[in-house]
Amino acid sequence: MVKHKKSSEEIKITARGVNVFYGETHAIQDVDVDIRDHTVTAFIGPSGCGKSTFLRCLNRMNDTIDICRVTGEILMDDRDIYAPDVDPVQLRAKVGMVFQKPNPFPKSIYDNVSYGPKIHGLAQNKDDLDHIVERSLKRAALWKEVKDRLHEPGTGLSGGQQQRLCIARAIATAPEVLLMDEPCSALDPIATAQIEELIDELRSKYSVVIVTHSMQQAARVSQETSFFHLGVLVESGDTEKIFTAPEDERTQNYITGRIG
Amino acid sequence: MVKMSELSKVHDTPASMARLRKRRAAETRLHVYGILAIVVSGLALVSLLWTVFGNALGAVTENYITLSVPLTQEEIDPDATGNPDVIGKIDFGGFTKDLLRAKFPDVTSRSDKKDLYDLVSVGAGFELRQRVIDDPSLVGQTIDFRFLASDVSDLYLKGFYGELDETAQTVVLTVTPAEKKGHVEVSVDQPVFANAVALVGDELRHKAKLERDQAELQDNGVQEFGRRLTTDIPDEKRAEYTKQIEVRSQKRDELLAEADALEARADNPAGREELDDRMPSLLLKVGDSWLKMTEVGLSGGIARVIQPPGDGGQVAPADWHYYINEVPEVARKISDNQIVWLEVLREQDAVTDNFNWRFFSAGDSREPELAGIWGAAVGSFWTMLVTFFLAFPIGVLSAIYLEEFARKNKLTDFVEVNINNLAAVPSIVFGLLGLSIFLGIFGVPRSAPLAGGVVLALMTLPTIIIAARASIRAVPPSIRDAALGLGASKMQTSFHHVFPLAMPGILTGTIIGMAQALGETAPLIMIGMVAFIVDVPGGITDSATVLPVQVFRWADFPERAFEARTAAAICVLLVFLVLMNALAVFLRKKFERRW
Repeated sequence: MVKHKKSSEEIKITARGVNVFYGETHAIQDVDVDIRDHTVTAFIGPSGCGKSTFLRCLNRMNDTIDICRVTGEILMDDRDIYAPDVDPVQLRAKVGMVFQKPNPFPKSIYDNVSYGPKIHGLAQNKDDLDHIVERSLKRAALWKEVKDRLHEPGTGLSGGQQQRLCIARAIATAPEVLLMDEPCSALDPIATAQIEELIDELRSKYSVVIVTHSMQQAARVSQETSFFHLGVLVESGDTEKIFTAPEDERTQNYITGRIG
Repeated sequence: MVKMSELSKVHDTPASMARLRKRRAAETRLHVYGILAIVVSGLALVSLLWTVFGNALGAVTENYITLSVPLTQEEIDPDATGNPDVIGKIDFGGFTKDLLRAKFPDVTSRSDKKDLYDLVSVGAGFELRQRVIDDPSLVGQTIDFRFLASDVSDLYLKGFYGELDETAQTVVLTVTPAEKKGHVEVSVDQPVFANAVALVGDELRHKAKLERDQAELQDNGVQEFGRRLTTDIPDEKRAEYTKQIEVRSQKRDELLAEADALEARADNPAGREELDDRMPSLLLKVGDSWLKMTEVGLSGGIARVIQPPGDGGQVAPADWHYYINEVPEVARKISDNQIVWLEVLREQDAVTDNFNWRFFSAGDSREPELAGIWGAAVGSFWTMLVTFFLAFPIGVLSAIYLEEFARKNKLTDFVEVNINNLAAVPSIVFGLLGLSIFLGIFGVPRSAPLAGGVVLALMTLPTIIIAARASIRAVPPSIRDAALGLGASKMQTSFHHVFPLAMPGILTGTIIGMAQALGETAPLIMIGMVAFIVDVPGGITDSATVLPVQVFRWADFPERAFEARTAAAICVLLVFLVLMNALAVFLRKKFERRW
């Protein structure tokens, strides 16, 4: 059992005994983890360790894979998100997601951001929608760059801009949690720095969960870190503690570069 | 153990060089095969297009014969009613015949008159009638009306029966009346007609050869009966065989004698030979009159007057022309009389041609000169409309369901396999299905675009489903993830994002499927769309035919003029197919997106 640092901040998501199977493959084994609100939590670990799979359990994106089966309990605000009365569509509106590769819709920047609010009925009229789009783009630190070309295709932006557009798009549905699956792995260092800065700012509004390959990134942006290895959550806790005084030998090996 | 450091020396050995040469030779060979394959298929395509377009040229224009038409009050509208119903009751066909007879008053015999009437189309009278009904004020005037030439005249005027071969003349021709009525004696003082006589000689020799062949058959009989006589047979048989030998020998000798006589005539061109309709035609134009030689010798003969006056006495070399048509009259649709009349009309500038708009605006007809493709084109349009509105939604929805919603299990696998099988079913089978189900059970009207459209929709469905599934599958999963991650439902994801992105591919597949359906004939045969339908269909339940079926039917007609129309219809079909494929390419290029 992994110990968690007590915090005055409330716990947003609690996972207990989560197992994920892809057909016969046991991808995630008995993961228990707490994710706090207004905190950046980083999932680190070598390739194929199951950190992305676990992330996708948090907004039930794994439901779209036919052969994937999830057991255990994931509570968000003390409600089981796998309960039969929970609609994954509603859940995903509350738990936004940003993917590894920037994937804007091949539509205008405005349409990209306004799509979520539109389908969830967040805006009563055009003005509300404009307002939401502007706020989201501002919060994603993209407004200044695109405000004059909102109706140009989102696919015409640079990689870093596209990823910020995806973040803006996720923010626009007014989520409570933002899941980021290696959001910087397809970006150059400058764009990465911008995104990292953005993630730090987003912490004030959302609970952010980021999967990353880069330990430096985890150290830079996160307050809490969980280390996954071979489908098992090895260690979880305060980022500083994980990087300076890991309890588990495997964690130490990973952060010193002996497994990876 | 192989030492890796030693291996690199292998690259420079002669064996290695030989391997390299072999590899290069193989590459060159492949290159050459590829070019050859392309050249062969290119030549095939070029020759196809060449033939089709070359044949179609014959249908590009249509010829008219202009006659001046006195629309007298008493003949057209005796009571001066101006009522189209009254005018419409007049027999304009007979009226047209009267006009032709007036133009060529010397035509008297029944068969000649029939030939004369055949110069213009049977539809020409109706056109005159329509013209007068449309404008009753014409009654009482004399108008120049353009009568549509019949198919045979049209082909002659376009030169499809060969041009008249003219030989320049240098001698004076003497024309004197002959004993036989309507005939004249022509003579020249040089063997001007030697080439004609030679042609006649060839014909005689050919005839002689046929007779010799017959004689040989008779001789075979003689030999056979002679052999039987040497065997042991009853007396009555013996008598009969002897009789047979006698009869057959006589017959053989007669034939041989005839052949000898024919050859003698052919070899001795001094005499005059009678020209029948199996011989080449010799036409003389003397001043304004036209003569046809009925007997020819080296320097003269007897000629029948086709176009009077037919006198002339001494005719200067510049005033007479001599034409040979090597195709005998029996072997062509157009008679010598008709040729002469058309030439006379041509000289009077009464023959005009213009672009064959009728071909694009008329329905089908038994008369080639009146036949057009508009009826078939409209039939194709209605059929394609039905096909599109059935096949497109059903195909696309099936594809979206199978690709986006259906769970992968045995049932969907089974459906998928069968969709692929359906694409390979011979199209005529769909026709049989349409016949038994749609016509037999549901009572869809026969020959209607509705039935054809449904059948073609069944045929097109697999194409559309396969193309649509492929293009839906080609939409990157990241787009689906993005939409699902935002909380879009599966249906919203499919219809807001996946479907629009797959649209160009779906449209391409649909257009290719539709182009296939547009060119399809076999299934329509089964549901009665191979029919003679003159009217342009006004809806999906009217009887109709379609373009490829029209091509198929016309190709079957014996009239030579349909040959050109068939080719022209193929061109129209090809143009539609090329346009549709160009549209498919255009849509693909225009809506192609990159991620």
